[in-house]
Amino acid sequence: MAELQTNMDVDTSQMKVSDEVAIDIQSMNKWYGAFHVLRDIDLTVYRGERIVICGPSGSGKSTLIRCINALEEHQAGSITVDGTLLSSDLKNIDTIRSEVGMCFQHFNLFPHLTILENCTLAPIWVRKTPKKEAEEVAMHFLEKVKIPDQANKYPGQLSGGQQQRVAIARSLCMKPRIMLFDEPTSALDPEMIKEVLDTMIELAEEGMTMLCVTHEMGFARQVANRVIFMDAGQIVEQNEPEEFFMNPKSDRTKLFLSQILGH
Amino acid sequence: MSDTHAQTVAFVRETQIPPAPPPATETGVIKWVRENLFSSWVNSILTILSIYFIVRGVIAVYPWFANGVWGTSDLATCRQILDGATGACFSVLQDRWRQMIFGIAYPDDQYWRPLLAFALLLVCVAPVLFSKLPRKLLILSALYPFLAYWLIWGGTIMIPIMVMVGFVAGYYAFTWAERASGFAAGLASFVVTASVVWFIGGLISGAMPGFIALQEVPSRDMGGFMLNMILGTICVSLSLPLGIVLALGRQSSMPIIKGICVVFIEFIRGVPLITLLFVANVVLAYFFPPGTNLDLILRVIIMITMFSAAYIAEVIRGGLAALPKGQYEAGDSLGLNYSQSMRLIILPQALKISIPGIVNVAVGLFKDTTLVSVISMFDLVGVLRGPILSSTAWTGIYWEAFGFAALLFFVVCYGISQYSQWLERQLRTDHR
Ligand SMILES: Nc1ncnc2c1ncn2[C@@H]1O[C@H](COP(=O)(O)OP(=O)(O)OP(=O)(O)O)[C@@H](O)[C@H]1O
Ligand SMILES: [Mg+2]
Repeated sequence: MAELQTNMDVDTSQMKVSDEVAIDIQSMNKWYGAFHVLRDIDLTVYRGERIVICGPSGSGKSTLIRCINALEEHQAGSITVDGTLLSSDLKNIDTIRSEVGMCFQHFNLFPHLTILENCTLAPIWVRKTPKKEAEEVAMHFLEKVKIPDQANKYPGQLSGGQQQRVAIARSLCMKPRIMLFDEPTSALDPEMIKEVLDTMIELAEEGMTMLCVTHEMGFARQVANRVIFMDAGQIVEQNEPEEFFMNPKSDRTKLFLSQILGH
Repeated sequence: MSDTHAQTVAFVRETQIPPAPPPATETGVIKWVRENLFSSWVNSILTILSIYFIVRGVIAVYPWFANGVWGTSDLATCRQILDGATGACFSVLQDRWRQMIFGIAYPDDQYWRPLLAFALLLVCVAPVLFSKLPRKLLILSALYPFLAYWLIWGGTIMIPIMVMVGFVAGYYAFTWAERASGFAAGLASFVVTASVVWFIGGLISGAMPGFIALQEVPSRDMGGFMLNMILGTICVSLSLPLGIVLALGRQSSMPIIKGICVVFIEFIRGVPLITLLFVANVVLAYFFPPGTNLDLILRVIIMITMFSAAYIAEVIRGGLAALPKGQYEAGDSLGLNYSQSMRLIILPQALKISIPGIVNVAVGLFKDTTLVSVISMFDLVGVLRGPILSSTAWTGIYWEAFGFAALLFFVVCYGISQYSQWLERQLRTDHR
């Protein structure tokens, strides 16, 4: 259980979970062709929650969080984000996407734009923010992720950790109320993982609602208020981190934890 | 023991080694020659053989240039002067350059007009080609087509002005209606507004044919290299946007649009250009209402544009396919809509990847404009094969005439190629 011992300095004073519902998922199902990827997902996320989703490869973690901002369609059940029902109505989809920020495993920065342009693109075109103001906001968030001096470089000139922090800053520039992370650190070297996690911790400290698919169990234990374990398209177990790690209920969870923490 | 160990391992440099020039065999010409021409036995033999053939080639061709005859008015006189020696009869260029450049019928005293149009082309295309120039200059590029039309074809300036006004009015109608009720409504109001303006404009310019007018030159009088340039410029600049639309359409999730684009691309690509040109020449007239006499040049432009647009669409589709799915998803997740993410994220990258392929098509298109000679248009090749080679004065002259044509085409195509390589270097942002 070595990974659980690493201590990060987390200031929990601002982390408050309110009763306001941020995301409400009700008996949601999704199929890829005939393959039933997500089965009867029920999940309510309150504002201010930090939820870590883990589970074996192929269990549908990515698919689940990609359904939340409509990168994937679901076929049954309902998803409500910030009171907006996710349907095929493009207006609703656009509203939800501008409220929800997303970070990908492979960063997905735009290689033909500078770091600053990456960050200002969506505010300028989607929010219609004046360019100058968008640049100020972008510089603010780039400072926050500690790379203001790289603003005029291109993504290809940055290290992986720096690119992921830019990706986080790019999402933040849209002032989202919810952040989704899909394995943001799993393409990174160990020392870069820490810098990205530090950024995410800082976000959590400010009270951001976060859904993270990650296998960083140290992060889960310190930052999350809830850990969800998925297997074969279903939510198998969810609990507070302490209970989840020390006292897993289901056999599949025990097996999974022993595999990722045991080595 | 630890002392001796420290002495053998620890080391401090106390004097600076002065910089020395590298050995002579490692620098400059000698090094280059050794590394590139004589690095191995095989390489040395190939080098010597190549030098031999180059020298032989130069010896064979040199007198042809050196003895070149200028100033005669027909081939027979030229041959007489040469008196059996090897030599070129460059006088054909001197005698017939007007026809080669401007065709047989363009009025002599109006040559300044296409020349001015060409000079302006170089100026007005610059803001499009070089993004470092001030963006305001793009207005020049937008005005150019109308100006060039007026210069080359002549007539009253009211015609191009009215066409332009139609486009501008249509554009405003489009933005207004699009904001109110969507893209399709915008497109419809563009068509309606522009047509109305063009109709009224037609009446106005018909009523004042002499207003700031240049001597009118009908399309059938266009010829020579000028015709190749006109066709090449217009078709390249039209087929690129059309190709982009077709490529995006082929990727569309709407089955009807996708189907139309696939059928169009596959059909046009599956047919030789020359048959399309014959269609343009004879058949196309049937598709238009009787009485509309669509200019032959216009019909040819439509065909060549469709032909190369189909190729460009496939090249761009390759570029689109090369982009990782994550780029689309990143755009979506930021809330950009379809046209924004295409315009700002996908196309800039896809087009960058496609530059070599697009340039390939553009160069091919430019050279293919010579095919119009088979439907009896007198472009450069048409002029050479027809009026020049079949004239009594110059029949039988091939090398000089076609060599000159090749040179003209080469200059343009090489220019395009050089530009595209420069552009690729400019746009390389991924690993610098
Ligand atoms: N576009 C697709 N078409 C068909 N099947 C898919 C598609 N995308 C994912 N799947 C399948 O859906 C299942 C869940 O995929 P998902 O990417 O959500 O897994 P995951 O839990 O994120 O796994 P990992 O930890 O490897 O990222 C997998 O079995 C995968 O093969
Ligand atoms: Mg995944």
